[in-house]
Amino acid sequence: MSSRDPLLSIERLTVRFGLSRVVDDVSFQISAGEKFALVGESGSGKSISALSILRLVDGAKTEGVIRFAGEDLMAKSERQMRAIRGAEIAMIFQEPMTALNPLYTIGNQIGEILELHEGVRGQAVRERAMDLLATTGIADAGRRIDDYPHQLSGGQRQRALIAMALACRPRLLIADEPTTALDVTLQAQILALLDQLQADMGMALLFITHDLNLVRRYTHRVGVMERGRLVELGVTGEVFSRPQHAYTRRLLDSRPQRQVEPLAADAPVLVEAQDVRVEFITRRAWFSKSSLAAVRDATLTLHRGETLGIVGESGSGKTTLGMALLALQPLAGGRIGIEGQRIDGANRATLRAMRRRVQVVFQDPFASLSPRMTVGQIVGEGVELHLPELSPAQREARVLEMLAEVGLSEAYGIADVLQRYPHEFSGGQRQRIAIARAVVLRPQVLVLDEPTSALDVSVQQQVLVLLSQLQRTYGMSYLFISHDLAVVRAMSHRVLVMKDGVIVEQGEAQALFEAPAHPYTKSLVGAANFA
Amino acid sequence: MTAVNEAGQRLSPNQRAWARFKRNRLGYSSLWVFAVALLVSLGAELLSNDRPLLASYRGHWSLPILDNPPETSYGGDFATPTDWRDPLIVERFAETGNWMLRTINSNSATSLDYFQKEPNPAPPSAKNWLGTDSVGRDMVARLLYGFRVSILFAFALTFVGTALGVAAGALQGYFGGVVDLAGQRLIEVWNSIPELYLLIIFASIFEPSLLLLLVLLSLFGWIGLSDYVRAEFLRNRGLEFVKAARAMGLTNRQIIWRHVLPNSLTPVITFLPFRMSSSILALVSLDFLGLGVPSSVPSLGELVRQGKSNLDAWWIIFPTFAVLVAALLLLTFIGDALRDAFDTRKS
Repeated sequence: MSSRDPLLSIERLTVRFGLSRVVDDVSFQISAGEKFALVGESGSGKSISALSILRLVDGAKTEGVIRFAGEDLMAKSERQMRAIRGAEIAMIFQEPMTALNPLYTIGNQIGEILELHEGVRGQAVRERAMDLLATTGIADAGRRIDDYPHQLSGGQRQRALIAMALACRPRLLIADEPTTALDVTLQAQILALLDQLQADMGMALLFITHDLNLVRRYTHRVGVMERGRLVELGVTGEVFSRPQHAYTRRLLDSRPQRQVEPLAADAPVLVEAQDVRVEFITRRAWFSKSSLAAVRDATLTLHRGETLGIVGESGSGKTTLGMALLALQPLAGGRIGIEGQRIDGANRATLRAMRRRVQVVFQDPFASLSPRMTVGQIVGEGVELHLPELSPAQREARVLEMLAEVGLSEAYGIADVLQRYPHEFSGGQRQRIAIARAVVLRPQVLVLDEPTSALDVSVQQQVLVLLSQLQRTYGMSYLFISHDLAVVRAMSHRVLVMKDGVIVEQGEAQALFEAPAHPYTKSLVGAANFA
Repeated sequence: MTAVNEAGQRLSPNQRAWARFKRNRLGYSSLWVFAVALLVSLGAELLSNDRPLLASYRGHWSLPILDNPPETSYGGDFATPTDWRDPLIVERFAETGNWMLRTINSNSATSLDYFQKEPNPAPPSAKNWLGTDSVGRDMVARLLYGFRVSILFAFALTFVGTALGVAAGALQGYFGGVVDLAGQRLIEVWNSIPELYLLIIFASIFEPSLLLLLVLLSLFGWIGLSDYVRAEFLRNRGLEFVKAARAMGLTNRQIIWRHVLPNSLTPVITFLPFRMSSSILALVSLDFLGLGVPSSVPSLGELVRQGKSNLDAWWIIFPTFAVLVAALLLLTFIGDALRDAFDTRKS
């Protein structure tokens, strides 16, 4: 093998499950020391392409040539492949909690690879494992090595996983959505770590991701996949500045764009929350309880027609605050009022009247619709409850009208939508159903809890556009909860930043993102680094 | 995930579940066999009865199966209900112009042939196709009626046990907290009451009837299922569609009934056939031990006991055993198919 030859070369790779071609005629090469990204939306076949390099795809028919360091991987026996997996080509996964075995310490799990591939034994294993953990930036590696996965934080687990992958100094590291499950500040740290390790060890990196920012910042070359096909391949900078294929252009355009219309100066205050405190009781033993404050001293106002963004990392209390405003979470202190009417501790009748005025859309469109109800029942349920004066025919007309408004009707090629069940729809369409269920009641306030986080980028943009249209039509106020700063920036008039249950900063959206005052906001904005 | 199904053919989930059920051939044919057997046993009076369906005596018509006339109407000496095996009556109906239409098997589950020559239990003959039991009752009739009693009892016990189990599990799982804590402790206490001794005590105080057995067995039969339902409810009540329903302002009753319960039925459906078979077995074993129903009620368990004490009378133990095994096997096969039907991952 001459030094010019690529490290990995894939020619005409096709992967079939039964009749469906999940990967269709894909060819690309990765040179030693190169950082390459396969980017695409869910179902584009990017993960399957990567897994088939290691021949880890079960039940599929694979055709094509996969050459690694001059050798044909397709021709190797299962036994020979095992020697390559983990040693020559290593992999890190999206969800570090499930990729680590909860019954072994991380030291054991790193050691296992060393024992398997390099035949290291005894105390040497432990020392090597400790070195690796230290290399990946885990503080106090000597103590952490005996920890079980659940004792580590999310970022530490991902570091441990990277340590495992690097144990045998692989020549190619496949990173399948390595940072998607992590908070933004952690994402930046993990990517910086990968970058530095890649430079130190000279290995090639194959990123599988849907995150365009990551691709642009961290990779040399990029391949864009759409429905199993590699539609564009080139140097990252060029692909981003001069995209050739229509799909790439669409993908690049689908980064959230600002949709906010200026708010009327005299917009009245709709929601007012003062010193809101939410506590969770954790039971230590039978009669001893301790409480944990998930939200402390949260004070906010929401005007009519305004979008208030709430950003923060997981565990910051932003969702809990949203649930408190929906009166789904009892308060431990403070008060919440809608147009001057207290809703905390309100009686049943007041609460029910309030329910119609404050509605919610959740993150996961697969969990937020009951799988055993038709779309007609799901959207019609609230109408039946809150507008009992409508006849069944009027009710159905109203539901159909709402569904058409969110883009689910015959005009959009979806026949008899009322009779269908949620599982017959795609993620984006299901999120539209969830939006229809909330907006059909004509609420004044809509709590949007990560409404686009589970969606692909191109769908995300469509849903954001739909939400702003609905806001203009009905003059609703939005409480937009998200960890994605780009989305919040695109949608919000004002933004609250939460950390550990406390609102650390708030202000007008553009100003806050351009000149953050609080150090935590600065680190968030720095990590997210939008263009 | 595809949004649109193949051309116009949009089946509701129920229809799809039925299609999955049918695809399990064994389970589907078992369902048919079981349904036919149940139907036949429900009409047992019309198939196996000591009284004829229709009798015509000197131009006078009667329906003895509904209302048995006294012997005097047919030229007998006593005003007692007619015994249609009495040689006198048989002789009278042999005269020209008189006739009767008997059922296929002319024995009922409790009728005795007082004019029989052989000692009981009698081996199979033209009159008693599978012989008689140790008292002299016809085995075919006994099995047919016994099957019916077993199945109907099992249906009732399964229904009551499932309803109680779902209700208890739903309340604990949905409300959680204190309700759950108290409920669980109560179940632990309840579970430690020895069921069998209770049955023995009750059997010695009262004459056990099907109703008493149903009540006693139901008191304990719901506990196992309630744990599964509770776990499903605990999981489902935290899902987002339930939160959305709460944000909509639905009452707890509406949320349980429309949102949580339909999504928590998987263990209930899966266990249903197995609960059926264990209910059948419960009745059989109580009757076998002599703690069950009195011998006037046709019962498979009692036949097993007779078979044990009359081992030479093979015609008692083998057919009874065959009926029991067939019923339990059919239910198990149906159960397998049901599990397929409710496994939505099987497209």
